[in-house]
Amino acid sequence: MNLIVIFISAAIVNNFVLSQFLGICPFVGVSKRLDSAVSMGMAVTFVMTITAVVTWLIYHLLLVPYNLEILQYVSFILVIASLVQLVEMFIRKVSKPLYDSLGIFLPLITTNCAILGLALISVLRNYSFMESLIYSIGAGAGFTLALVIMAGIREELELADVPKQFQGAAITMIIAGSLALAFMGFAGLI
Amino acid sequence: MAKKVSLLEDFTKGIWKENPILIALLGLCPTLAVTTSVENGIAMGLAVSFTLVCSSTIISLLRNIIPKQVRIASFIVIIATFVTIADRFLAAFYPEISKNLGPFIPLIIVNCIILGRQEAFASKNNVGRSILDACGMGLGFTLILIVLSTIRELLGSGTIMGFKIMWDSFSPWMVMILPPGAFLTLGLMIGASNWINDRRKRS
Repeated sequence: MNLIVIFISAAIVNNFVLSQFLGICPFVGVSKRLDSAVSMGMAVTFVMTITAVVTWLIYHLLLVPYNLEILQYVSFILVIASLVQLVEMFIRKVSKPLYDSLGIFLPLITTNCAILGLALISVLRNYSFMESLIYSIGAGAGFTLALVIMAGIREELELADVPKQFQGAAITMIIAGSLALAFMGFAGLI
Repeated sequence: MAKKVSLLEDFTKGIWKENPILIALLGLCPTLAVTTSVENGIAMGLAVSFTLVCSSTIISLLRNIIPKQVRIASFIVIIATFVTIADRFLAAFYPEISKNLGPFIPLIIVNCIILGRQEAFASKNNVGRSILDACGMGLGFTLILIVLSTIRELLGSGTIMGFKIMWDSFSPWMVMILPPGAFLTLGLMIGASNWINDRRKRS
């Protein structure tokens, strides 16, 4: 039961993008087209899940026993950077079509604050292994959801008559504001 | 003389012409998340500026030593070190602010402004120019944070820095300190800055 609550909370109620402000850069940058939004969402979810597992192991089996919590940030970001590299190499070897669709997004993921944020929040909330795994999948699903909704709206927006000064980033922010308002409606869910 | 002008330009371009938030759209996550009160906005701005200036200095000094293939990883480790220092400092001297900002202090590591400036400027220019560039970018970032958080705190809770500003019968717009207010205010600010730039170009 607890795990389901964590999943729904991460995916919808406390959506990573729209209510925790994590991963805004790809949210603004990669939400122009629906298919690239789906690919980006999948890539982020994938890396998030692996990151959650690896950083949990490193924090609880390496940093805590040796009193090295101060190295938390440095070690987490190194883990993420090398994981992304590893995932990129692995996908390129195993599945060419998948690599072609995710390829250009993978390097961008290193500097996606949603990934590091997820690892840090899991530690902050003292999640168990299972909890942080579910949390990461929920967060990835929530990220994908927000990205896909946004891309859908922006594709339609190309037909709309937006004032020149507001084209691009400005209107994206304002739409994100209305989306965040809509997502606040889920607050009573848990 | 020409050199002097370009040095000044290194500093001032971050404030308006190449402002990291309004023009380059970098570092939006902390911008939106922490600007619920002016105090948090200033603390965040200073923490980012500190990290930016320190890492620009170090990276500019090491720019000929760091091999090209591993430069991003080296930059990130240097940045993470300074962020840890800033985080420990805030936790020790300003525990209240440190608690409010929560995970957004460590998230400065992945703030694209910092990595972006290292890649675009500090790794190619000498120490003096890199420090000026970092100071300008940090100042531009902090100023936008202050403006955004002033608007949000004033309308959202009727106060600035905790002092009551609005009249008694003013009922705070709760939405401004909630996530939607952040997106809407920043959207309008970007639109306004585009409008001002357009006006300038035309005249």
